[in-house]
Amino acid sequence: MTPEMELLLVNNIKDRFGSSIIQTTVQFGEVAHTVKKDALLDICRYLKTDPSLRMNFLMDVAGVDFYPEKPRFTVVYHLLSLITKLRLRLKVRIEDGEKVPSLTALWKSADWPEREAYDMFGIVFEGHPDLRRIYMPFDWDGFPLRKDYPLRGYKDRYNPYGEEKK
Amino acid sequence: MPVKESLEGLVQFTKLENILHFLRSNPVTEDVANWSRLSSLWVMTFGLACCAIEMISSACPRYDLDRFGIIFRPSPRQSDVMVVAGTMTKKMAPVVRRLYDQMAEPRWVIAQGGCASAGGPYNTYAVVQGADLVIPVDVYVPGCPTRPEALIFGFMQLQEKIRREKPQLLKERGLEL
Repeated sequence: MTPEMELLLVNNIKDRFGSSIIQTTVQFGEVAHTVKKDALLDICRYLKTDPSLRMNFLMDVAGVDFYPEKPRFTVVYHLLSLITKLRLRLKVRIEDGEKVPSLTALWKSADWPEREAYDMFGIVFEGHPDLRRIYMPFDWDGFPLRKDYPLRGYKDRYNPYGEEKK
Repeated sequence: MPVKESLEGLVQFTKLENILHFLRSNPVTEDVANWSRLSSLWVMTFGLACCAIEMISSACPRYDLDRFGIIFRPSPRQSDVMVVAGTMTKKMAPVVRRLYDQMAEPRWVIAQGGCASAGGPYNTYAVVQGADLVIPVDVYVPGCPTRPEALIFGFMQLQEKIRREKPQLLKERGLEL
């Protein structure tokens, strides 16, 4: 990572949103900010519109379950600027049942990854226009990538080897 | 023999149930019906996972399923065999069942590969542990994925099974009109 990139991605953002940034890591030349949930939209709007950053591509939104840690979930946003070639990672830590603001208003590409995170972890994105399941059947019960969901699933007519539901 | 009686006998014979009775009890018609069915097995074009690639390549010129009269059809209404080619997920299972229900009797099912036979390596929350939990299966073909030779052997086993069926008896297939 060049000094200019570090200045832009670390110092610049820390100066502007210092109170909202919980933690900043720089590893393997990649920058990751853990930010407060309430400031997420503001930071993203800044990253998208600032002429020196211009993060015009939200590559992925991923959920992580750190059960039994608290707060339980982390939502990870991968950003890329196709113009300045800069990459940045944002993380938001939330508790089970908490809602995260949706980024669909800023990037259209947030639509399906947010649905995926909802489908697999049950993370609710506030303001999402169409928050349905995307992979699992619509009548599915539970969120299969949560750590307390059994890998083999629950016993039903399609899987006699699953675990008994309590 | 008086003309009247022989005519009556002819009329009696041409009644449908009498013809059917004659045909049903005749081993030659059974053989002909079975032979015609096993010589033109039309398969539903329907792949679920990587086994479908092997199914496609067995239909291609190198392995050439056409020489057995096995032709792929684009509709369940026109087909006799469903090859469940690959991993069946729980989301896909109702669709597979519906396609099977749309096929006309007589119909058969081949479970191709480990996944369709018993869930394969995927003992997970999303995968059906064997196609026989959804539809009745006639032939199981092992392999991961199956080689085209194995699938062809599965088809030949199915042909052997059809050759020994009682084609007129719906009861044998668990069906009543």
